[in-house]
Amino acid sequence: MPEAFRMTPRRWCQGAAICLLAIIMLGAADAGSRFGRLGHEMMCVCGCGQILLECNHVGCPDSDRMISELREQVAASSGDNAVLNWFSAKYGPTVLAAPIRGGFDNAAWIAPAAVFLLATAGTGILISVWRKRSAARPAVAGLPIDDPLHATHDAMRDRIRRETEY
Amino acid sequence: MHTHPMPEFGSFALLLALALSVYTLVMGTVALWRSRLDQGIVAGGSGAGRLGETARRAGMASFAAMTGAAFALVWAAFTNDYSVSYILHHTNRDLNMAYKFAALWSGQEGSLLLWAWLLSGYGFVLRLRHKVDVRLSAFASTILAGVQVFFLLLLNFAAPPFAIQPGPVAQDGFGLNPLLQYPEMVIHPPMLYLGYVGFSVPFAFALGALMMRYPGEKWIHITRRWTMVTWLFLTCGIFLGAHWAYSVLGWGGYWGWDPVENASLMPWLTGTAFLHSVMMQEKRGMMKTWNVWLIFSTFLLTILGTLLTRSGLVQSVHAFAQSSIGDWFYGFIVIVFAVCLFTFFKQKDHLKSENRLESIVSRESSFLFNNLILLTACFTVLWGTLFPVISEYVQGSKVTVGAPFYNRVNLPIGLFLLFLTGIGPLLAWRSTSLRSIRRNFILPIVAMVVAFVVVVACGVRPWSALEDDVRAETFSLITFTLSAGVITAIAAEFLRGAAVVSTQTGKNLLSSVILLVRRNTRRYGGYIVHFGIVVMFIGIAGGAFNQAREQEMGFGDSLSLGNYRLVCQSYTQDSNPNYDTEYALLDVFKGSHKITQLAPEHRFYHASQTSSTMVALHSTLAEDLYVIYEGKNPDSGKPIIKVFINPLMNWIWIGVLIVVLGTFLALTPSLTRTSVRAAVSVPSPVGEIEVHHA
Repeated sequence: MPEAFRMTPRRWCQGAAICLLAIIMLGAADAGSRFGRLGHEMMCVCGCGQILLECNHVGCPDSDRMISELREQVAASSGDNAVLNWFSAKYGPTVLAAPIRGGFDNAAWIAPAAVFLLATAGTGILISVWRKRSAARPAVAGLPIDDPLHATHDAMRDRIRRETEY
Repeated sequence: MHTHPMPEFGSFALLLALALSVYTLVMGTVALWRSRLDQGIVAGGSGAGRLGETARRAGMASFAAMTGAAFALVWAAFTNDYSVSYILHHTNRDLNMAYKFAALWSGQEGSLLLWAWLLSGYGFVLRLRHKVDVRLSAFASTILAGVQVFFLLLLNFAAPPFAIQPGPVAQDGFGLNPLLQYPEMVIHPPMLYLGYVGFSVPFAFALGALMMRYPGEKWIHITRRWTMVTWLFLTCGIFLGAHWAYSVLGWGGYWGWDPVENASLMPWLTGTAFLHSVMMQEKRGMMKTWNVWLIFSTFLLTILGTLLTRSGLVQSVHAFAQSSIGDWFYGFIVIVFAVCLFTFFKQKDHLKSENRLESIVSRESSFLFNNLILLTACFTVLWGTLFPVISEYVQGSKVTVGAPFYNRVNLPIGLFLLFLTGIGPLLAWRSTSLRSIRRNFILPIVAMVVAFVVVVACGVRPWSALEDDVRAETFSLITFTLSAGVITAIAAEFLRGAAVVSTQTGKNLLSSVILLVRRNTRRYGGYIVHFGIVVMFIGIAGGAFNQAREQEMGFGDSLSLGNYRLVCQSYTQDSNPNYDTEYALLDVFKGSHKITQLAPEHRFYHASQTSSTMVALHSTLAEDLYVIYEGKNPDSGKPIIKVFINPLMNWIWIGVLIVVLGTFLALTPSLTRTSVRAAVSVPSPVGEIEVHHA
């Protein structure tokens, strides 16, 4: 195979990055169906605790009116934010199904990612410290090097059994 | 003057249970304190031993008292004793007997009674089996008695279930919430509570083991079954709840990320993390501090969940009436946390790891990441549940944190977890060589590539989906692809092991698989649980292709959705003493072939003056046809029918059954456990030495 076509680890990484980018960019593919999307980003205010377009109460005092308001807003407004702001101003911030108003609302989204990243970094550091320590230890961790059992097959067999049972 | 013999008996039983639990707590503590130097608390032995024995017996007797109290409440429900306020507010004369029984957990006081009764039941079993380790059991029994005392204080002084209704006795009750009048509600709450309450036992053992500086990891062996059984109950409880929501609430879904649903999910996530990481302690003496805090957190989350449903802290359609008992829970959580923290700092040196992680590519590190992901998911759920309260405190206004938030944040976490489910078992303890990684991963990767191509060929193409569907279809595509890899990895594990057994014994493949599983039920039961989780993920991924349509349907009108055509044959009314019902009879056609008739209902309950829907389902492995009678249009008098097609829904419930099966298998003792010398070495799937017991 010519050198130019060989898949090096670097090329695998580049390919994976392109695929990832393609998946991320998919969200910008189509501009239709704003009504359905926005209707799923709002709550019905009747107290049922359901997404606006999923409220299934016949005779619900709010959902029909809100849905027709949403249709009007989608037809009239320029952007999604304007529609959501309109509803938020009329019904209060609890009408939005997720905290998306900016400011402190951003904390709702940032915190899980931040915790995950910090925990991953913490785990990475912990693993690195452990590895450094274990590198300085005797070959069979957990058994002191001067342990009389260290070299015996029984101890090793017992350990293998214990550690590979599941 | 009226007398109320059964409520009085119930109240007395609760007081007696409180007295017995206080005795168990105090005398148990005194006995353990007195025996701290000789490290021996043996029944019938020293003075401390005898005192400890009386505490143990008092603890067991408290179960009898609690059973008496629970019986009294159920009896009051069965005999329509509306002098009891709780019975008046949660039952009515025409209520089915099964639902009268379910009234035990349909309100605040009753559900607290159920909590305390189940706790006393767990305590009874623990104390009965005290000989597995007398001293450790004494610690655990005393700690459980502490928890029991808290719930009995609540039941006796803050939320008494036998409170007498003032004034003349009513002729009929206000009825049970219609949403609870469904067969699954007779079993879902007890399952959930068995899971919730059950985590008290491993918590008590862990705290006790830490307090007494228990040598070695035997306490993990002792609590392993408790933890697994508890986890199983919680799993069943959560999914029975999801199935109930799907069948009754009538919005086409099964999980709404309601705070009460979240409250049950959080301890499940930390409990699952504990079940995995505890293996590292068992096998390699690692992660001791982590495990202790995981089980402490799990217990605290069960208490927090109980608080969330009762304090009015968060808004939820599930929540019980707001009351002041939230303050009791805050106090209890603070006390438990303080005890855990104090014990931890006092005994910290006892929790030093015996081993360190030797390689990033090892089973240990996969467990570490598994824990990381599960705890991130738990944090996300907790954060989202409490964010409205935090937002109100910071900004002065509440916000809603609903399904869009959780779906966006938790889906990537779920996918990462699915990925780890596949690769974890392929890695060896301590370290895995690059060669074995190549050998073990090639098959799952091939399966993933094939699955990707097949799924795309079947029409799952996020790049050509509508904007609304892009995220859901992308999630589905990744899920199907990863699932193929994980299932292949699990199947390969079975086949490799079975091939070795077959070589040794000459049995055929099926017999070899059975023998392999029986030889190490824990390992292969675990794989089956993983398989069940993958199947559930596949079912969840089907949600990306849901379709829905709503239409007014008179006689002979038809509604088409997907491959189905529904024709309205009639709509009518019926009545029984408990409720009036309106329903439509709909013939369901697929092409020109009639496949079934469905009768979705809309019920109006007399006693509570409320209505609810009864969903009609036609369920196949491929999809569910989900039909709701939403009521009549007041103008035309015609019924409004809403129809959903929910693809792959059944796989979620099948996945749960597989998880249950796998857990039962993992709980079953392995067939043989011979001495190490009799063991035979076989090439392990990861290229390391692996010992199977002959």
